[in-house]
Amino acid sequence: MINEFSIANIQRRRALKALSLATLSSLSTLPALAQFRVEVSGIGMTQLPIGLPTFKGEAQAPQKISTIVKADLERSGMFRSVDAAGLLADETTQLDASAWRQRGADSVATGSITPLADGRFDVRVRLWDVVRSQDLGGQSHVVSAADLRLAAHRVADFIYEKITGEKGIFATRIAYVTKTAQRFNLWVADSDGENAQSALTSPEPIISPSWSPTGAQLAYVSFESRKPVIYAHDVSTGKRRLLANFKGSNSAPAWSPDGRQLVATLSRDGGSQIFAIDVNGGEPRRLTQSSSIDTEPTYSPDGKSIYFVSDRGGAPQIYKMAPSGGSPQRVTFTGSYNISPALSHDGRWMAYISRVGGAFKLHLMELANGVSTAITDTSADENPSFSPNSRLVLYATQQQGREALMTTTLDGKIKARLSGASGDIREPDWGPFQR
Amino acid sequence: MKRILSILSVLTLSFVLAACGSSVKLSDVPVEDRSAGAAGAGGAAGADSQASGRGVAPVEISTTDTTAAGPVGAARVIYFDYDSFTIKPEFQGAIEVHARFLTTNKNRKIAIEGHTDERGGREYNLALGQKRSEAVRRSLSLLGVAETQVEAVSFGEEKPSMSGATEDAFAKNRRAEINYR
Repeated sequence: MINEFSIANIQRRRALKALSLATLSSLSTLPALAQFRVEVSGIGMTQLPIGLPTFKGEAQAPQKISTIVKADLERSGMFRSVDAAGLLADETTQLDASAWRQRGADSVATGSITPLADGRFDVRVRLWDVVRSQDLGGQSHVVSAADLRLAAHRVADFIYEKITGEKGIFATRIAYVTKTAQRFNLWVADSDGENAQSALTSPEPIISPSWSPTGAQLAYVSFESRKPVIYAHDVSTGKRRLLANFKGSNSAPAWSPDGRQLVATLSRDGGSQIFAIDVNGGEPRRLTQSSSIDTEPTYSPDGKSIYFVSDRGGAPQIYKMAPSGGSPQRVTFTGSYNISPALSHDGRWMAYISRVGGAFKLHLMELANGVSTAITDTSADENPSFSPNSRLVLYATQQQGREALMTTTLDGKIKARLSGASGDIREPDWGPFQR
Repeated sequence: MKRILSILSVLTLSFVLAACGSSVKLSDVPVEDRSAGAAGAGGAAGADSQASGRGVAPVEISTTDTTAAGPVGAARVIYFDYDSFTIKPEFQGAIEVHARFLTTNKNRKIAIEGHTDERGGREYNLALGQKRSEAVRRSLSLLGVAETQVEAVSFGEEKPSMSGATEDAFAKNRRAEINYR
């Protein structure tokens, strides 16, 4: 049972695309582990209409490639798929441009999946510009059955980059934590939450996973020794290293952009204060000197600032300081509870959680002018992180009383609930581009 | 600190070795071959490295935790008011019993574990729980307990003693626990 998919087919003319609205079918008929849901809401969007007919050979293949590609592109908020029924084609077929124009498509991706004699599969795609009747190029990915989802994400990245001119993030990975009964699991999954592989299982809580800049390691806080301790964990080998196990609590790890050190919150001197720790160990250097709570440090992408949370003004607010410490500058001024800062990789945006009334809501601040906007209508948002291309925010929230992972576009208009391992799902972190 | 920590690391890397991609011509427009040995202009790695770079080796931890005995009959849990780190007078007696026990038994050690209710961010709550455990540590210190006998740590909101989003559960979860090692 693979990747059921429920996006209503949008059969609208291009002239109506700005009015495209929520199109959802019932989730209840879908298997629990294969819930794809792309919610589209809001008006005034410019989404590029794309035709994605079923890839030739897909019905017999272990993964529904075109379905994964379609979900990726729709989740990005940049595309909507047009009805492809009856327009069968693969990457070798000449484009029927007039038929696709009638369907309202600006572009079309056709492809095939072919089993090879050695058990692998050849996934091919060709992208067309319908408006100009132009061939935009093609790709071939020869992969094992286990890597078919990855091939699909790479196809989506290819389409996204060809058409938008920006790098796609679909082949990147995310980490998250689930809790089931009294087991905690740290997972590494595809950017759509699927294909989750367990990196760590523990009877004690795991929080605050943080990807290293290369995507090879995760730093996180584990309570396996009945106190919070920071590990660095090589994901492909399972090798773990204690990064911080000082007297008291050790938490909130975040990597410097060059990967040489981490910042973290230690209580070894009493109180929760921010320290820099060399990735190879050694004596931590204290960066904050307050009698207040200082925590949740995170580097700006240029490495020139550390953003963090402090209640030095009486309530938790976000501040920034130089990477060597020194006197901080306050960043948030609205509201009495602002936590969990995350900086976009292009340095333009800060995502954070702000308490509004009794609700915890994901906010986005444009750093150049300090203007903040709430971009969700949920009330228990947590732990935002940006996609590597700075176009989406991944966060945890609660929907219908259950913990859920969501992505949202920066304008808050397009949200997708990620499927994932079962259990309460939380603490997501979006990994970097990987080679 | 008598716990057995067993780490089971199972390597289940599924390396997929890709041979050279086939070079079937699709049409007159060049096809980027993303298989091994021919990484395309987009910078994606070949199939070898992408498969090997994607393996996840699972690690399993099993913890057996034992808590040693402390003074008989003394309360081990101190409850706090909302947004408060002040030890209420009703718990002063229990703190004094623990202090007497620790100053008499200098070889004994405790962990004070601070906890919060579930509202708010996990990391910020960890810091708030730390303030609770350190409040208890300071009280013990004022009563003559050596710093070396005490470690103040926090679980934040991660280990509620009562589940649910009720005022009753919140009150039960805002606490510091004294555990003898």
